[in-house]
Amino acid sequence: MRKGLLVRKVGMTQIFLEDGTICPVTVLQAVEGNTVLQVKTLENDGYSAYQLGFETKKERVSTKSEIAHAKKANTTPKRFVAEVRSDDITLNVGDVVKVDTFQKGDYVDVKATSKGKGYAGPIKLNGQHRGPMAHGSKYHRGIGSMGAIAPNRVFKGKRLPSHMGAWTRTVQNLTVVDVIADKDVILVKGNVPGPKRGLVFVKSAIKK
Amino acid sequence: MSQQLIDEITAKYLKKDVPELRPGDTVKVSVEIVEAGAQTRTQDYVGLVIAIEGHGVSETFTVRKISNGIGVERTFAVHSPRIASITVLRHGKVRRAKLNYIRGLSAKDARITERR
Repeated sequence: MRKGLLVRKVGMTQIFLEDGTICPVTVLQAVEGNTVLQVKTLENDGYSAYQLGFETKKERVSTKSEIAHAKKANTTPKRFVAEVRSDDITLNVGDVVKVDTFQKGDYVDVKATSKGKGYAGPIKLNGQHRGPMAHGSKYHRGIGSMGAIAPNRVFKGKRLPSHMGAWTRTVQNLTVVDVIADKDVILVKGNVPGPKRGLVFVKSAIKK
Repeated sequence: MSQQLIDEITAKYLKKDVPELRPGDTVKVSVEIVEAGAQTRTQDYVGLVIAIEGHGVSETFTVRKISNGIGVERTFAVHSPRIASITVLRHGKVRRAKLNYIRGLSAKDARITERR
């Protein structure tokens, strides 16, 4: 069964491994774990998956369908819901999945929304070079040439300023360095997209 | 809340017997070296602390010494399990947090008066 868990990013730190080397880790926390809201089967839904809910949402701000959906799993409405596609699911509706679903040494894929950088020019966005800042240069951080005049148009894909960041990004094959069950914490080697307190979806790695 | 949780997680990696280090101190660092066949031996590294950076589990200090006429700088993690012990041999009196200026000085100029 492919494992999955919705967590919050707490921040980064370093720890020492058994051989004395320093390992950079991201701290991920799932307070109270995730609740299985629905199990989708091949017969009923055409594919097999299970749906996880994370963090309680107030009933006052939930829709009736959300409340009724959560009630089937005997729980409160959830703020975040995500689905893990998997064969031979051993979970039942209403089960609580905690961080100990992962073990030390597991490989995981981590999906999150990266930090937004706002409207960015080609230097920050595409790594282009800037022009001279002085000596009468009037070309500082501009977009440069729009291309040759022969086609009388700008080619598609010309790199122009646009919004940067706030992209959904998946980082593959991170190692689970430690699982601290009593604090609902997993430590993942390396960095994870997004700000502190951001929502992160951790799944078993597909390429390992 | 988040920093507090990180401190709780890293608490078990912190050493309790770390001496108070300051830039300008002369220290002896006993480093465990793993040799072929998983044997370990300790090697002493004596020099001047020229910088202390970071805090908590990430705290590091840089030690400078003159080895065969060549300046050598090594940065250690204070709480690294590979460091067997840190001994302060002498407290120095300096007025900077980073003693980078000492690199350009001759051995005579690089003397530091003792702090008592």
